[in-house]
Amino acid sequence: MQIVISGLAVGCVYGLIALGFVLIYKATETVNFAQGELMMIGAYFAYTMAELWHWPFLLSVLLAILATALVGAAIERVLLRPIEGEPTIAVIMVTLAIGMIARGVASAMPGWGTDTHHLRVPYQGGLVDLFQARLSMEHIVIVCSTAGLCLALFYFFRAAKLGLAMRAVSQNQLAAYYIGIPVSGTNARVWALSGGIAAVAGILMAPITFVHINMGSVGVMAIPAAVIGGFGSIPGAVAGGLILGLCESLAGLYLPEGFKDAAPHVLVLLVLMIKPSGLFADQIRKKV
Amino acid sequence: MHFDFKKNYRIDIRLIKRGNQAFWYGLLLLGLLLAPAVLPKYFVAQMTFILIYSVIGAGLVVLTGVTGLVSLGHAAFVAVGAYAQAILMARGVPLLVSLALSGALAAMLGLVVGLPALRLRGLYLAIATFSFGFIVEILVSHWESMTGGNSGLSVPTPTLWGVAVTGALFYYLCLVVLVLCLLLVLNVLRSPTGRALRAIRDSEVSAQSMGVNLALLKTYSFVLSAALAGLGGALYAHVMTYLSPEQFGLNLSIELLMMVVIGGVVWLQGAVLGAVFVIALPQAIAVIKDYLPPAIGQQTGLQPIVFGLVILFFVLVEPTGLYGRWIKVRTYLELFPLCPGSVFVRERHFLRTERLK
Repeated sequence: MQIVISGLAVGCVYGLIALGFVLIYKATETVNFAQGELMMIGAYFAYTMAELWHWPFLLSVLLAILATALVGAAIERVLLRPIEGEPTIAVIMVTLAIGMIARGVASAMPGWGTDTHHLRVPYQGGLVDLFQARLSMEHIVIVCSTAGLCLALFYFFRAAKLGLAMRAVSQNQLAAYYIGIPVSGTNARVWALSGGIAAVAGILMAPITFVHINMGSVGVMAIPAAVIGGFGSIPGAVAGGLILGLCESLAGLYLPEGFKDAAPHVLVLLVLMIKPSGLFADQIRKKV
Repeated sequence: MHFDFKKNYRIDIRLIKRGNQAFWYGLLLLGLLLAPAVLPKYFVAQMTFILIYSVIGAGLVVLTGVTGLVSLGHAAFVAVGAYAQAILMARGVPLLVSLALSGALAAMLGLVVGLPALRLRGLYLAIATFSFGFIVEILVSHWESMTGGNSGLSVPTPTLWGVAVTGALFYYLCLVVLVLCLLLVLNVLRSPTGRALRAIRDSEVSAQSMGVNLALLKTYSFVLSAALAGLGGALYAHVMTYLSPEQFGLNLSIELLMMVVIGGVVWLQGAVLGAVFVIALPQAIAVIKDYLPPAIGQQTGLQPIVFGLVILFFVLVEPTGLYGRWIKVRTYLELFPLCPGSVFVRERHFLRTERLK
């Protein structure tokens, strides 16, 4: 039970980052390999405000999410919009380069550096007894806030005007443009949204893994999550993340050491081999 | 200024397009042959690195520049080639045989990985190879009986007919391998296969309707580039003399991709220029570091920042890379007083959706 919950908690973080991947993929048909670095930036922002400047925790979390969202939108506006329509390699290289620069800059920032930092959270170290299992508060907070965020996103895409616009753009850009949706602006907002989600993931992850410049390597594990769930499906991303988190913690328990890291990637190759559109993909076939 | 008078169709595909081309490349080859006699040892070692990276880069040009596919796991093929070479050499297999076997092993792995992923669109290959790269890295670090795991594996000194191939001799070996690989790739690219690969890059749908077998040719291009990466890895093993898993991580894959993007991804010359750039850049950074104020110069993050900025610069500003720039300069000089500014205007690209509608 404990292992299941901690697997679910890690899976939630994977799911959140995968959600960022999928949002950007659906909107612009590119994969943002710097998603993990966005998450790192979010965690660092929260750390700077809460620990270095001693602001209240909730305020700094909110501001960190906003700031990371702005960073995401800025990346889209400045770096990715000029290369719209260029070959895949161009976009992949740009997002990889953003990741490299983000890591380099973070290690050079005064107060950030290459050390591991500790972000103190109000719910630190709490334990809860539930169904004869001892659960740590950090894991419960992760699971609950992911669930809350998913619900909010669900309503956002169902009811909010911007959410509907994003869905329209992701289905058919030309048609969306014809009915008066500002397509480029919507893409920037999608990037902002996915930056914000990455920041949430980073802050949730901070009490468990601490804040350091290689935090973004979790993003590497989130790509398999997105593939397993299907790259075009938003609920699939979260489900893929949960599956991956569970697999990982169970593999860590029952399989020899080393398999834990390889398991998700083997799973990816299997999924690509058997059901390339992912487990939860929309069933659309091209009709001629 | 020169004019191309096309008197028959073979002119389009001949290897040497103009007379002076043969002269300049001959001169370059002569210079490369004389280099070990003139240059200090350190430079020869760096040039060996450049030759090896160029072998790998030639494969990436075929895959990325010509076929339009992206692999984020080429370091895995380099690793397979390198480890295969080290293990085969330790078992007493002759140098040339084990070089060929290492390349073949990487090619076979490329077939296994590529076959499922290549039925899909381009981005999926990037992801599949990305995962494959991690699997190989983990496998190498945990298969200790074979690869020595994290503690590393030392590579025996290569010998050929009883002579130890090191230093300048090894440089010549790499040069011969590179020239052979470049000739091979050039010949593939000017054959119908090469034209089919280009057609796939420009439009899969139209290539398919012209009778190009997409899955077969994509796999062909992927296997060829994996084989070249394996061969390059086998040579790399001898330069490093000591192999450990962390040399072959995602960073190497990115560095290799960066190399072809900087050089100009469509041209083989670009792969070589990119190799020169990628090898020279860290050295240049190390030199410049001393002249910068210590607050900037001593930062550990300096090198990734510079690398990232260089990639951004080339992708955003100079997408045709160094060789593309050279072609522009050359055209400008050839047309000198008459070159209109509109010759080099960048084409506006639009998002080509591959989404099912």
